[in-house]
Amino acid sequence: MNYYLRLRTIITSLVAMVALIGTAVAQDELIVYTAIEADELAMFEQEFEADNPNIDLKWGARDSTGIITAKLLAEKDNPQADIVWGLAATSLVFLANEDYFEGYSPKGVEMLDPKYVDPTMDPPLWVGQRAWIASICYNTVEGEKNGVPQPSSWQDLTKPEYQGHVVMPNPNSSGTGFLDVSSWLQIWGEEDGWAFMDSLHENIAWYTHSGSKPCKQAAAGEITVGVSFAYRGAKLKNQGAPVEVIAPAEGVGWDLEAFGIVKGAKNMAAAQALADWSVTKKANEIYNREYAVVAMPGVAQEVENFPPMILEKMINNDFAWAAGNRQRILSEWQNRYGAKSEPKS
Amino acid sequence: MATASAIVTKYSRDDKFQGGILVLIALVVAVAVLLPLFTIFLKSVENRDGQFVGILNYVEYFQTPALVASIYNTIIIGVVTTVIVITLAFIYAYALTRSCMPYKNLFRSISLIPLLAPSLLPAIALIYMFGNQGYMKELMFGYEIRGPIGIVISLVFWIFPHVVILLSTALSTADGRLYEVAKVLRTKSIRTFFKITLPAAKYGVMSACFVAFLYAITDFGACKVIGGWFTVLSLDIYKQVVGQQNFQLGSVVSVILLLPVVVTFIAQRQVQRKQTAQITPGSVPYQPKPNRRFDLLMLLYCIAVSIILFAILGTAAYASFVKFWPYNLSLSLTNYQFNLMDGGSWQAYRNSVVMSLYTAFIGTAVIFCSAYFIEKTRRYRGLRSSLNFLSIVPLATPGMVLGLAYLFFFNDPLNPLNFIYKTMIILVLANIVHYYTVPHLTATTALKQLDVEFESVSASLKVPFYKTFWHVTLPICIPALSNIWIYLFVTAITTVSAVVFLYGHDTNIAAVAVVNMDDAGDVAPAAAMAMMIVYTAMGVRIVHWLLTHFIEKHTQKWRQQKLTSD
Repeated sequence: MNYYLRLRTIITSLVAMVALIGTAVAQDELIVYTAIEADELAMFEQEFEADNPNIDLKWGARDSTGIITAKLLAEKDNPQADIVWGLAATSLVFLANEDYFEGYSPKGVEMLDPKYVDPTMDPPLWVGQRAWIASICYNTVEGEKNGVPQPSSWQDLTKPEYQGHVVMPNPNSSGTGFLDVSSWLQIWGEEDGWAFMDSLHENIAWYTHSGSKPCKQAAAGEITVGVSFAYRGAKLKNQGAPVEVIAPAEGVGWDLEAFGIVKGAKNMAAAQALADWSVTKKANEIYNREYAVVAMPGVAQEVENFPPMILEKMINNDFAWAAGNRQRILSEWQNRYGAKSEPKS
Repeated sequence: MATASAIVTKYSRDDKFQGGILVLIALVVAVAVLLPLFTIFLKSVENRDGQFVGILNYVEYFQTPALVASIYNTIIIGVVTTVIVITLAFIYAYALTRSCMPYKNLFRSISLIPLLAPSLLPAIALIYMFGNQGYMKELMFGYEIRGPIGIVISLVFWIFPHVVILLSTALSTADGRLYEVAKVLRTKSIRTFFKITLPAAKYGVMSACFVAFLYAITDFGACKVIGGWFTVLSLDIYKQVVGQQNFQLGSVVSVILLLPVVVTFIAQRQVQRKQTAQITPGSVPYQPKPNRRFDLLMLLYCIAVSIILFAILGTAAYASFVKFWPYNLSLSLTNYQFNLMDGGSWQAYRNSVVMSLYTAFIGTAVIFCSAYFIEKTRRYRGLRSSLNFLSIVPLATPGMVLGLAYLFFFNDPLNPLNFIYKTMIILVLANIVHYYTVPHLTATTALKQLDVEFESVSASLKVPFYKTFWHVTLPICIPALSNIWIYLFVTAITTVSAVVFLYGHDTNIAAVAVVNMDDAGDVAPAAAMAMMIVYTAMGVRIVHWLLTHFIEKHTQKWRQQKLTSD
């Protein structure tokens, strides 16, 4: 009968192994969901862990804004994240309406510009970190080759010579895409805003999944004009890509990267530690390495190759309106342009 | 008489044990295959809150023109790809089997190269060749590579080796006597081709058509990278689930994708069954005779195809080293700094290697053992034949559908196995299940070649079956085991469809990283990661080949002796 015995030993050790792996997975660590671009993630992780050596920061999910928002929403009954960090404020307001966050006042939050902190609750449900701003990336080499002039306004992009030469992010997946759409609707009102997008749609070559891709494709000459955001454009220009970063005349949409602690977070103490760290001067200085507008006044230094006058062109963004109408705008957009089943000539 | 006595005798210890194992296998199949697939159907008739809504989701689906268009697109892509790849591969296989051209083995190996790459790789390469900054853009005559053209070319590249293998087999089993007769009757060679060659290979060609069609309609990678505005069903599943987190509509699309897949699959099984009866004991193997013009023509064709295959692979390799396409063509390793890229990391690459090794080792052991118990157990005929049937199911399950099924099934907080979600365990499990069928058939074939007498003799000598298994069955089956191992390793490291829904924050894998980096616009790093997969698969393949030769030389000598004594 010894092989029954042996079999039992094997099964017992298998069960033990499985249990062991199970506990290893459930280990205490800080799970962070973020939409921040990957090239910055390692740096943030390193800097935070240097100041908080006993916390193991894990990027639980990193994807485009729309994806992270949808993921958080889908996990509502069984949240996996401890803190949502570096996600569009519009999305955070939207999730806050779903009762997703635990109010918390990070130490030193009073040092931040109050317009970047949740105005509705005390302690705030979300706190802004820095702003990212819409811009157009224009490839000068391809522009000349294709006879596409440099645009100076959004309306320029609807002109016939731009047909098939413009790419923009799909607002359903990209936060940049959403702030573009939301800003056009805020600048011109619903009716004219949609009319603008109708004619822009005629010129769009394809919609991308991520907000930085249009600019990356413009930098690589795959397309002439990419609707993207200023930081990505400036960075690519600094790397030597033949792109101009343009802030259109009518005004530019923007959104805040912000954080909020998830209600019932498994590692509440660590989540609060990250919240405290995120409002420090040091953190704000790090934000400023890539972004021109940060939550703590007086910290920001100018970023090279950022479009001139872009701060003056930032629209008066109504977060509550944008969050409240987010679902409606997105499904309307999807109905109008998502069904792009014909190739553009 | 033996069976009669078997019925009379009581169930022995071995019988009971084997029965227990078979029940265990059935349980595992239920948990790993049937229940997850069933949840897909469940989800498709539920609303977001989990209430039963009947066909409401289907109604919503068919009222959305963009989604319905994908059904048509998918079928078109499938048909066009099949026609092109079968034509190209048929000539290639014809050259390999029916000509006397030189370097046949070399060309056979070259045709298998696409197997080492994920289907994302040809798509990325095509953008560098024919995209707006492509170096051969003029060849597109103004047409856009992003869309159906790019998808079809990528799929043809990727499916080519599979079809070459199938068609070579079909063409190599010809009855030489028919050709002798044709020659004696002075039949024209064209007529011989249509009257003898094609009819004989008919079922093989049909079977290859179905396989090509199946691969084309279920692929996700090529469409994701080069589809542009063009959508297909597998891409819709991804968009609904990952993009919108609309799991209900995702399941609806999965069920709709399953329909053509299942129909094609059944047709393929029917045809394959007929194929086996082609060769009769009186047949004489066909031997091609040298024909200078024809052999030269075939050689040129194979060279041309090989050049195209290498051009696609080479473009991806080159683009991965270029600093900033197209404005700075100097070479560097910047694109291999995966840690700085959106969605990629060296960790992902390491995870892929680990996952593929686990899949290969555990998969080989599990699949071979279960094939052994299904094949060599004397009793429980009904259970065994239903298990045999179930082992075919994964082949008819698209990777996207399996992945989604696992997401639903294992992510459910009520599932006691919930903890494996997003871990290495679920990735390995999904891969083993997804690629179960081919190794299972390989193992079964190898086991069938072993005489049943081994088991009967052991049983009568009261040797426990596991001793026979360890000392006789296993050593004889080493070649089959080794084939299974390499098949599982290469498919696991190149696949993206089944695992794209299942990876977690520290279990990201290379093929998924290719998708995500391309999504973020980091196309050159995506090419670099895809090339890392190719290098690894190629390296492991070569080491495997050397080892196999070494082992065969030292352990399988008896095979040669047997052959010579025959």
